[in-house]
Amino acid sequence: MAKQEQVSLTGNEAVAYAFKQARPHVASAFPITPQTEMMHKFADFVANGEVDTEMILVESEHSAMSAAVGAAAAGARVITATSSAGFALMWEIVYVAASLRLPICMALVNRALSGNINIHCDHSDAMGGRDAGWIHLFCESAQEAYDNALMAFRIGEHPDVRLPVMINYDGFIISHTADSLRMLSADDAWKFVGPYKAAYSVLDTENPITVGPLDLTDYYFEHKVGEIEAHKRAFDVVRAVSAQYGALSGRGYDFFESYRLDDAEIAIVLMGSTAGTAKDVVDAHREKGVKAGLLKLRLFRPFPAAELAKALAGKKAVGVMDRAASFGAWGGPLFTEVRSALYGADRQPPVLNWIYGLGGRDCDLRQIDSVLERLADAARGKSGETVNLLGVRL
Amino acid sequence: MTLKRAHELPAGGIIVEAGNADAYNTGDWRTFKPEFVAENCIHCMFCWIYCPDTAVNIDTTAEKSRMIGFDYDHCKGCGICAQHCPPAAKGKAAIVMVRDEK
Repeated sequence: MAKQEQVSLTGNEAVAYAFKQARPHVASAFPITPQTEMMHKFADFVANGEVDTEMILVESEHSAMSAAVGAAAAGARVITATSSAGFALMWEIVYVAASLRLPICMALVNRALSGNINIHCDHSDAMGGRDAGWIHLFCESAQEAYDNALMAFRIGEHPDVRLPVMINYDGFIISHTADSLRMLSADDAWKFVGPYKAAYSVLDTENPITVGPLDLTDYYFEHKVGEIEAHKRAFDVVRAVSAQYGALSGRGYDFFESYRLDDAEIAIVLMGSTAGTAKDVVDAHREKGVKAGLLKLRLFRPFPAAELAKALAGKKAVGVMDRAASFGAWGGPLFTEVRSALYGADRQPPVLNWIYGLGGRDCDLRQIDSVLERLADAARGKSGETVNLLGVRL
Repeated sequence: MTLKRAHELPAGGIIVEAGNADAYNTGDWRTFKPEFVAENCIHCMFCWIYCPDTAVNIDTTAEKSRMIGFDYDHCKGCGICAQHCPPAAKGKAAIVMVRDEK
């Protein structure tokens, strides 16, 4: 295992260090809270000559992603970052990046979408882009944000995958909170990430290519098959890269983390920083003799439906906590995915949903406690609402 | 033209073969088509220069290049060639736009 330094950094700083260690050729970005500090830190590294990156300061997020796509099509390793409304403005080109199979790495520092305008955390930005073709990793802490940011390059750039990767971490809760984490040395990180060799480059005049041509009824659908298949192949790559990173760092990762889940009768499923709070509540219930557990999803796209169904098979009740609303839908986006994955699966448990934490509303111990109490009731056969709101004044 | 299957295509929908538009028939969108009136042509090559596609056929074997007609597999009937044909200004058009009856 590699020797590592114990450091105190915010999530934004941690990701900036990971990006520096991956030595990207190009970074394009436009500031938006709470992402700004990450690119600010990275720009410091560039200005100080600590990393040889072409820093492109653009006039909008639409331009940031456009510049990223152009640079990646030229064969560069490219990073960018955004949040909330910035991600919404990039949206058109977010799809293009995945369609062109360009492994851009982006920090999406999760923040609520307008309106009304709000700068705090929820996952509505990420959920708006869940069908765009990117790989989505979610993080519980600054440590996980750092680790996932390093692994993102290896996953996205793998020849079997070649897809852009989003590193999602909660605005302010992770991005601006100083956390203690272990960081690889620059040499070890570089040995792990390694150089990037693009399959094609628009600047290779010996082998001219056309990128993004008109693609109508005769070929568009076949090209989408490429994206669908790449996501299927990404599972093996995520697992292999995570195993290699685990051996290097001592921190193992998989599609999700199972916390006291194996023998659990009731279980919570969620993503992001709330997992830390949920683990404490699970522990408290365990001390009372309640067999509670947690499934913290790390890989949201591609969605590991089969593994998730296996991990939750036979539970007496499962509660999915969504930090985003999907207006007019029956439940939040994570709930519909989880319930769909479990439908028809072996020993299918009942699945309930809580939508929580919108606009940065704190999710405290009592809220998660109430979820576990309700799940215990459901496990005993007591009926109630399937889709619920948590921590809001009704 | 036989259409390729999904797994035969390069990733990302890019085109790796230069100049393959030649094999792709885009001339079937036309409403009007240019007709070549050879006896009025002064072989100035304006139509060849202005054509947004490569739909003007020319003979380059002679000492001076000669306009010989249109590539109707790629001509989209925009009519720019007819607009720029100098003999047309003198009432003796070498390119005339006519409705394309298919």
